[in-house]
Amino acid sequence: MTDIVLIALGAALINNFVLYYFVGICPFIGVSRRVEMAFGMGCAVTFVISIAALLSWTITVFVLKPGAPLTTYLAGFFMSSKDAANVDLTILCYTVYIFAIASSVQFVEMYVRKFYPPLYKSFGVYLPLITTNCAILFACLTIMSHVVGVDNPADTWDLGRSMTLAVFGGIGFTIAIVIMAGIREELQLCDIPKAFRGAPIALIVAGILALAFMGFTGVNNGLRKALTPAPVTVQTASMNAEAAKTN
Amino acid sequence: MAEGPTPLERFIQGILPENPVYRQLLGMCPTLAVTNGLKPALTMAAAVAFVLFCANVMISLLRNLLQPHLRIVIFTLTIATFVTIADRFLAAYVYQMSKALGPYIPLIIVNCIIIGRCEVCASKQSVVTAGADAIGQSLGFALALASLAAVREILGTGMLFGIQVLPAAWPDWGVMVLPPGAFLTFGLLLGIANWLSTRKSGNR
Repeated sequence: MTDIVLIALGAALINNFVLYYFVGICPFIGVSRRVEMAFGMGCAVTFVISIAALLSWTITVFVLKPGAPLTTYLAGFFMSSKDAANVDLTILCYTVYIFAIASSVQFVEMYVRKFYPPLYKSFGVYLPLITTNCAILFACLTIMSHVVGVDNPADTWDLGRSMTLAVFGGIGFTIAIVIMAGIREELQLCDIPKAFRGAPIALIVAGILALAFMGFTGVNNGLRKALTPAPVTVQTASMNAEAAKTN
Repeated sequence: MAEGPTPLERFIQGILPENPVYRQLLGMCPTLAVTNGLKPALTMAAAVAFVLFCANVMISLLRNLLQPHLRIVIFTLTIATFVTIADRFLAAYVYQMSKALGPYIPLIIVNCIIIGRCEVCASKQSVVTAGADAIGQSLGFALALASLAAVREILGTGMLFGIQVLPAAWPDWGVMVLPPGAFLTFGLLLGIANWLSTRKSGNR
């Protein structure tokens, strides 16, 4: 439970996708002129990021990582079972993820257009743009780095933790882009030097926002201390033992 | 085929007149993320140059086989393959740097510069033109990254490539190497670039 809270807060506020990791800057600058548009974009990204995280976690655990069940089973037809358990397909992960994201976005778009026309009208137009949004791929890669090559089995992310990262990362993106759009609506009333109109002033505003979000770093440290007293450590230790047993 | 731009024209266009970062505002994610020092910035630029060149040449060779509705998928899969090669290469030879760049190397896949060049140039023109275009664009990208990184590293740490360039009494502007510094520096440099180009065209 503790790490779920930490992951959620970390993704949404402390290490905000846009203002800390710089992913998803293109829509952040491009679609942040009006608040409703920004909110639509944010919802669409949250939606797609959740689907992509679900897909990438499933693919990584069942197909790509060393000793994944599906790969081991299929490889068992061609080689001894000992070799089959060592087949490692992680090198394919980038190609597989980008393909999964692109095709799922395509399917979601078709589905939404057919069955929920009002929803399609409100955010469907942003869907194709999202395929090349780095935030989606970034979430998949973060999940992968916590699933593959983790020494301690208890630290390996399960589906719950992965989905928490994705959903709250999307919410963090929405928060950032809506704040940005609010500021930019006011900026239209300002007398900005000609050379700085448009993207330059938006970037400077984003810099000031990022400064404000840096304040959450302190929250992270305090929260970690507050949420991990002695009893929790004992509990995690017993959980570790359990996980080791099941492995 | 109609008279397309010559290879040399494409090469020169990429460096300043159509600079991918300052003029077209593409590929901003790595631009902001890896420019806290000159060394990671140049490594990133080299990786992008490799991927851009290979992808442009490959797409240009395939251009007569491309189906219009499948082209974006082909572009992304080609790029993803070359990014995997670049990523493995960096992990094998400069492990520390590869660790420091982290997820930003795989994020080259969704870098709009490369998809944009494949779409605009490589899928329509000959191999030589596409190659020259890729080299020009990647030089422009490297130039932009280097300018941003140099400003941030000098102001943030007083050093360049790890060598002290400002007097030791310089109070390091720590914020410049942190995320907010990236936004502020890029915003200011972009404004200055706009100002310079409007002044130039006004004089003409």
